[in-house]
Order: sequence, then C-alpha cells, then structure tokens
Amino acid sequence: MDLIVEGIKKAFFLILTLDAEVLGITLLSLKVSGLATLISLVIGISVGTVVALSRFPGRQLVVSLINTGMGLPPVVVGLFVTIFLWRNGPLGFLEILYTPTAIILAQAVIATPIVTGISLAAIQHLPANLRLQILALGATRLQMVWILVKEARLPLLAAVMAGFGGVISEVGASIMVGGNIKGYSRVLTTATVMETSRGNFDIAIALGIILLILSFFINAILTQIQQRERPR
Amino acid sequence: MRRILKRGFLATGIALVFLLYAALPALAALPAQKNLILATTTSTQDSGLLDVLIPIFEKKTGYFVKTIAVGSGQAMAMGQKGEADVLLVHSPDAEKKFIAEGSGVNRVIVMHNDFVVVGPSVDPAAIKGSKITPDAFRKIAAAGALFLSRGDNSGTHAKEKGIWKTVGINPENQKWYQQTGLGMGQTLNIASEKKGYTLADRGTWLALQKNLALPILNEGGPILLNVYHVITVNPVKWPKVNVEGANAFSAFIVSVETQRIIKTFGLEKYGGALFFPDAGKKEEELGK
Repeated sequence: MDLIVEGIKKAFFLILTLDAEVLGITLLSLKVSGLATLISLVIGISVGTVVALSRFPGRQLVVSLINTGMGLPPVVVGLFVTIFLWRNGPLGFLEILYTPTAIILAQAVIATPIVTGISLAAIQHLPANLRLQILALGATRLQMVWILVKEARLPLLAAVMAGFGGVISEVGASIMVGGNIKGYSRVLTTATVMETSRGNFDIAIALGIILLILSFFINAILTQIQQRERPR
Repeated sequence: MRRILKRGFLATGIALVFLLYAALPALAALPAQKNLILATTTSTQDSGLLDVLIPIFEKKTGYFVKTIAVGSGQAMAMGQKGEADVLLVHSPDAEKKFIAEGSGVNRVIVMHNDFVVVGPSVDPAAIKGSKITPDAFRKIAAAGALFLSRGDNSGTHAKEKGIWKTVGINPENQKWYQQTGLGMGQTLNIASEKKGYTLADRGTWLALQKNLALPILNEGGPILLNVYHVITVNPVKWPKVNVEGANAFSAFIVSVETQRIIKTFGLEKYGGALFFPDAGKKEEELGK
C-alpha cells in the first residue's frame, strides 16, 4: 500500500516539476498513438463504410476477418512488423526499425481493424431506407456517404476512443519495434515495463498514473464532442 | 456502388500517403550510418550502467546508439541474422560458438561481476554453508525445494544450466523446477513471492534487494564468475553492419576513461561496485 501512495506522490511530483524526461516520454506517447489512430481512422472508416454499403461474394468472410482483426494480439503484430522491418527483411530498405515511425506503423496495424469493425457496424446499423431517402432527395453518392457518416457520429467517435485506447495502452509491439530507446523511442508503457524490471516501482506507478490521466483527458475531449447536441 | 468502392480506395490511398508522410521526417533526420544497434543483456540496462556510458560515447563519436536490451541469447540471435552491429553479452560458451560459426568477430573482454544464489531466509534445503555452489545446487535438488529458472536463454540461464550439468542433474520437468521465461528482475520478484531459490547476477539483485525477501545464500568461487564481452557482428557475412561504429564502440568501452567509470559505477548508490573493469585481461586470469 505504501508503494501506491509513494507512486501517487511521485506522479504528482513528476508532473508538477515538469520532469523533462517524463514530459518527453508523455509527448511521444501522445504523438505516436495519436498519429497511429489518425491513420487507422482514415483507413478504417473508409474500408468500414465501403464494406457496410456494398454486397459482394465473400463479404461474410471479409467481415469475419475484420472482426477477428479487432482482437489482434499486439505482440503478434510487433513480431511480424519487426520481421518485415529487419534490415535484411522485405521492408529493410526503409530503415525504420527501432524508430518512433516503426511504433506508429505497428500501432496503426493494431488500431485499423478496431476502427474498421466499429465503423462497419455503425454504418450498417443505420436504417436502410435512410439511404434511399437521401438519394431520392437528389444527393450525390459522396454526399450520401458524408450524411451517413455524420449520422453515425456517436458510434464512430466510440471507434476513435477504442482505437486510441487500444494503442496508447499497448506495450508488446511498441517495445519490440521501437526498442525502448532512451529519449528517442521510449513511450509511457515501455518505460513502465523497464522501471518495473529495474525495481523502481514508485516511478513505474507514477508513469502508470500519468498514462491514465492522459487517457482520461483525451477521452473527456472526445466524449465532449460525441455528446454535444447535434448541430442543426 | 462502384463509385463508392472507388472512393474507398481513394481514401485508402490518401491514408497511405499520410503514412509515408509520417515516416519521412524520421527517415530524413537520421543518416543511416550514424545509427549503431547495440544488442545487449538486460543487466547492463537495468543496472543503469548504459545510461551513463552511452551519452558519453554518443557525444564523443557522433553515433546514435540504439540500445536493444534483451537476454544474451536473443542478442546473439539478432547478431546471427545481421540485425545488430555490436553486442555486449555475458554468456561465454555461447559467445565462443558465435565466433566459431563466423557470426561475430573481435571478441574483447570488458568487465565482470558475479552471480549469487539467493533464496528464502528459512533456507529449506539448508544450502547456507555449502562451500561450493554445485553442492548448494545438489542440496536444492535433493530437498526438492522450489527453484526458479530464467528459462529464457539469457546469460544467467546459460550459467545456471551449466551448473546443473556440472552436478549431473537434469532439472527439466522436475516438480520443484519452474521456468519463468522472464527477465532477472521479474524472476527475482517471483522467487521472493513464492519463496524459491534462484541464480541472479549481483548487480540486479543489489538494485532490487530492498523489495525482496531473498538473502544471498551462496556466493564466491570461480564457477559464479560473470564475464561480459563486446563482439562485433561479422561485417563480411552481413554487409549492412555498421563496422566503423561497432569498432568505435569496442574501442570506447575498453578505453582507460570508460573502464574508470565502470569501476566506480554504483559505488555511491549501492555501497559496492556493480562491475569490475577487465580490459586487457585474459578470461582465465579472472577469479583467481
């Protein structure tokens, strides 16, 4: 118990004194997971919408694959991304293994199926007649898609939160592809693992608390957007 | 529907451009040959030694060191695939094999410390007072007392397997023998919680001691010697290896100045040195 109290004290000490290293780690976490989520949103919402609105042979299989992907184990993603990015591997020429870019890539791979799956369900859940109605009112197809996405705003923002929550809390892939390099590719979760194995439990708890506070603020902002009265 | 599909592909294309865009600054910022991948054992990172040494090396030479802290076994596996430039490891038998098979060159002695056998203070196998470590291991096996093994091909795991071999006992599949597959710190915590014995490097044990109920029950003797070597990954086999950087690192870590830092590292914090510098010595001379 003392340890947890010590950890909370340490967390506030680190935040209030703006500890340069912790600040850097926190900002990197935010940047890496934010960019990864952004990439996953662009791909996930587009693919999710396309699959939701179209009918083609093998569609069931595609949907099943996407839903399975929502539970992709981060360490497995980390392993495959590492093997691809090895300098003697197929994407070795990029020379991005053990960089923050590699973490963004791995986290985008983890978040994309989550965003795709939720988007797909959100768009498909809208009443089918809505589409006909929108088209009947003379909207182009692009306008229709835009209206549908706006209609599904609530679950789509849930997709953003699920995607971001999934990657900012992820450690297995980040440590494998990023290497947990001090001042370069060390994020909150990988730093927590390292401090734990160093026996610095107070710092580890402090980093955990900072991660939770960060997640809370991001989700509070997204919830604010989500629950806002619909603009008329 | 086709048009929607097309737009979906368009959006995916835009996303890919985004991805590349995110990747580019990182690529541009770092000229390839300035990067040096150091694959090392966890004890050098967990003890904090590399946090002291790496910044000095980087400042002096301009290289950017990517320290990948894994077990010695995994570090050498990375070397075998040409995925690291230089190794700092402590698993002598495996290292000799690594050199012999042509995966590495220029193996140089850096420093040593020692392993200790730790366990619960009640000492159910009564190993305290054993003159030599193999006796202690025999007693643990005979008493069937819980022993936690790293089980991860690390240097510590290799040493532990070597001692079991010395005493002619195969602990695999024994009820009292459990493998954690984790790092030294976590294995020590598990041993402490489960009241088991384990073999640890002194540095990690010293660093974690305050949270553990695991006193040292056996120490000393040449068998518990823990020697660290630096090895360059064979650039003939793997042309992408940054051999200049690896050579610079080897020269740096055995330099007089660095060896002096190693000698005093941890003195203040732990009241005892964590590593003893050995540059220029022969492995056979140590522990005598």
